[in-house]
Order: sequence, then structure tokens, then C-alpha cells
Amino acid sequence: MPDSRNLSHKAAIVGAAETDTVGVLPDRSVLQLHAESAFNALADAGLTLDDIDGVATAGVSPAQLTEYLGIMPKWIDGTAVGGGSFLIHVGHAVAAIAAGYCDTVLITHGESGRSRVGAGGFGGARQSMSGQFEAPYGVAGPPSMFSVPIARHMKVYGTTEEQLAAVSVATRQWAQQNPRAMMRDPITIEDVLSSRMIAWPLHLLNCCLVTDGGGALIVVSEERANDFPKKPVWVLGRGESSQHTNISQMWDFTEWTAAAKITGPEAFRMAGLDQSAIQHAMFYDAFSHTPIYALEALGFVGPGEGGPWFAEMNSAPGGKLPMNTNGGGLSYTHTGMYGMFAIQESVRQLRGEAPAQLDNVEVSMVHAPGGMFSATSTLILGNQ
Amino acid sequence: MVGQQRMQKPLPQATPETQEFWDGLKRHELRMQHCNTCDRGYFYPRPFCPYPGCHSRDVEWRTASGKGTLHSYVIAHRGHPAFEPPYVIAVVALEEGGKMMTNITGLDDPTPEKLPVDAPLEIVYQDVDDEVTLPLWKAGVGSPQIAAAT
Repeated sequence: MPDSRNLSHKAAIVGAAETDTVGVLPDRSVLQLHAESAFNALADAGLTLDDIDGVATAGVSPAQLTEYLGIMPKWIDGTAVGGGSFLIHVGHAVAAIAAGYCDTVLITHGESGRSRVGAGGFGGARQSMSGQFEAPYGVAGPPSMFSVPIARHMKVYGTTEEQLAAVSVATRQWAQQNPRAMMRDPITIEDVLSSRMIAWPLHLLNCCLVTDGGGALIVVSEERANDFPKKPVWVLGRGESSQHTNISQMWDFTEWTAAAKITGPEAFRMAGLDQSAIQHAMFYDAFSHTPIYALEALGFVGPGEGGPWFAEMNSAPGGKLPMNTNGGGLSYTHTGMYGMFAIQESVRQLRGEAPAQLDNVEVSMVHAPGGMFSATSTLILGNQ
Repeated sequence: MVGQQRMQKPLPQATPETQEFWDGLKRHELRMQHCNTCDRGYFYPRPFCPYPGCHSRDVEWRTASGKGTLHSYVIAHRGHPAFEPPYVIAVVALEEGGKMMTNITGLDDPTPEKLPVDAPLEIVYQDVDDEVTLPLWKAGVGSPQIAAAT
């Protein structure tokens, strides 16, 4: 009987890089950002495009990407469920490599989220379920959709706007240590609460940035993992799920159910680890509440305890669980599908290459939504 | 808006499995589906029960009460260009079961204090044009907080 535990530590990330710069890049198209990421990750691993025989991407199709890059892989994965797609690609790559479908997988992300160069439009058709049941009420992108469950979390658990603001403040403290971060000036709780209201309870500083950029990863088998210039970063555990696409259809507005019931337990089970082993976390922060929901669902605290935990600055420099140490989507960069950047920072921390490098990190967790808590993905990475 | 036309609001277009819902709204009836196996109502319409552990195809259309509660919401200050901010994007927990996104109507200057989560709501049929009636919601009986604010 196949068991995912047998795939723990069987594949490793041996190449990882972002685009040369991130932020505002009106001179690069979406596909250019994919390619620049790919070339940088290949250089990081000492490989060329001709070594690649497996490709996974989201935002553009594998067909668009392979045409642009001029390669013909023997395994492709176009799973595209939003920002967490790249975490899912890593999990799929582990299985594909174990199955012998391919040996060297390239996973790419590129997005002109801010400049919209060569990017498509946002929104669905009038006959889609979102066109029928959400668009007529004036939802206008993630700030007015992803945020809809928060008021219920506040009512049920007493979560406050100050606690939401603490997430932004802690994350900014990490960004101050990252020269590539777009927003590096220190901020206070009061700054967050007095910033422009976007969609109550979210103020401007509770919302992620909108930027351009990309990143790519190279994944290979355990047998080859030590043949590359950089120390391998092992895939120890993974989990994936999806539960809805329209935020009104989220199963439980106070709980990230797919993370609590499926992706967290499965990632921990595969890795043979529990919460106490996690020394560093990248919990996708599209908005201030996203990491609160993640922390609770993944069992680091009990239901409703996330807000107070962040208010105690446990995620900040010097805190119990250093989180979003690149400055996160809130202050570093957020192209639209930020998950790739969350993985990149875990890899940097595990390699000892991060701008805000932690001491002695051996196990890191990456966790992301796709869409508005719609799809869910979890990775546990390690360097031992 | 003088001298400037506001962008049109996005309007729904029915599909086969949702036609009865949209047709019902034009008659000012809230038509919803009910699962005869697990005896629960659900939303949005589809020809089977969406609840985990059931997924029965034995479902029927019923006319719902038009009552529900304010499950959660945001007050959009920067939103869709066709909407005048601030406006409330809410999710109603329907009395019969299921959740529906909507706007809360009849409330000037919405604030969190005027919109307690779990407050009772009732449906308001907004005839947009000959083709579309939208299900908006307002403070229901027994909702003193919202009622006092309107």
C-alpha cells in the first residue's frame, strides 16, 4: 500500500532564485518574468534548460511556458489554484520523480501583478457561479472578498483590529532587515489603524502589496541531491486541498478547515513531525488575518488564540516562531500568487542565505491559500 | 453623478441549474433547493445536495422564508467603481440552510456598530431591469441595532 511517508526526504530543492529585482517592473512581460526566474534558478543549481525534463507552473500554462523556453519536457503540471499553486507543484514533483516520470523538475512563477504587462484580466463571466452569486454585490478583488469571514472570527473569538494590526507590524520588522523589501519604514499598531480604510475591518496596511516579480525552483531526487553547488533543501512533508472558490461558500468562516483537517495533518504525518519541530514559518500573508487563520488551523494555537498570539509579537524578530522573515506579502513583495516567494524564503533560511538569517534553522513550514482560502497547500522543508 | 456616467454594475446571467432561482426573484419569491435525504436547504442552486456526507440527488425546489442572519460582512470603502462607497458586502446565513452573498440595504453610513454579526435579516427584492431582480437584505424583525440605525 503506497504511503506518502515513504516519499519524505526523497526529493530536494537544489535550485532556487527569484527575478533579479522585484517590485515595479514595467519593462518585463509575464513570460519574461517566468524565464528570468528559470534562468536564475538554473544558474543557482549549475544546470541549463536542456537538463530540465519536468515543468510545473501556474498563471501561464505549461504549454505557453515550454513554447517560450523552447523545451519539451516529459512531465508537466499546470495545477493553477492561485497563490499556493507552487507549493502543490513541489509536492507533485516529489511524486513524479519517485514514479520515474522525470528527473529534473523546473517550477516557475512570474507575474506582472502591478504593471500588467502581458497579463490577462481579472474576473469571471456573468454565467460563472461568482458572476451570478458574488459579482452583483460589488466585490472588487481580494480586499473585499478574502476579508469577508473576519467579522465572524471577531464575533466568535473576540479577535480585534489591534490584533490584526500586530501581524502587519511584526512583518514590517522583518522587512526592515531585507533590502529588497518594498516597504521598510517601521510602523506601529496606530499607523495600521489610522491607515485608509479599504474594507472594514481591513485598513490599507492590513493588505498585501501589489508588485511584479517571479521565482523558480529546481527539484531532483535524493540520489542526485548532493551533486549541486548548494546544500539540498529536502521536501519532508506536503499537503494539498481545495474547498470552494466563492468566499461565501467557505465551509466555516472561523476556521481554515482544509488546513486543519487535511493539509496540516497530512504534511506533519508525511514528515513524521509535529508543531514543536517547526522553527521557522512562512504563512502566506495576503492580508493580516490570513496568518492568524493559518496558525490556528495548523494547530500551533487553539481556535481563537491566533489574534492574542500575534499581539504578543510571537512572529516578530525575537519571537517564539519567526514568521514571514522576508517581510511577507505585506511588506516584501506580492505579485498576486505570492506562494513562490514564501518557498524561496524558506529555502534561503534553510541554506543560511536569508537577509534576516535565523540561527540553526533545520525545519521550516510553508503554508498558503490559493484564492480566498479556496485551495490550501502546506510544505515542510528541512536541511538535514 | 452629474456629467459622468457610473460604470454599470455587474449583473448575473442564469445557467440551467440556477434559472428557477433567478426566475423566482422576478416574481419576488426566494426559490431555493431542499435535500430530501438530509432534510436541509442549501445555496447556491445545483441538482444535488452539496453537504459533505450526503451529496444526495433527491432534491426539490421550495419557496424559502426570506429570513436569515448576518453571518459576516465587510464595509467596502474602496470597492467596485459602480458602487457608491461605503457599502456592505455581506453573507447571509439563510434560515433554511446555506449561505448567500448580498448587500445590506436601507442603511445610511454603515458602521460595525450598526451591523452586529448574527443580527436577523430579511430579503428585499431589487428589480434592476426586466431581466434581473437581485436578492438584497435588510434589518429583520428583532434587529434593534440595525433598525435603530435606519
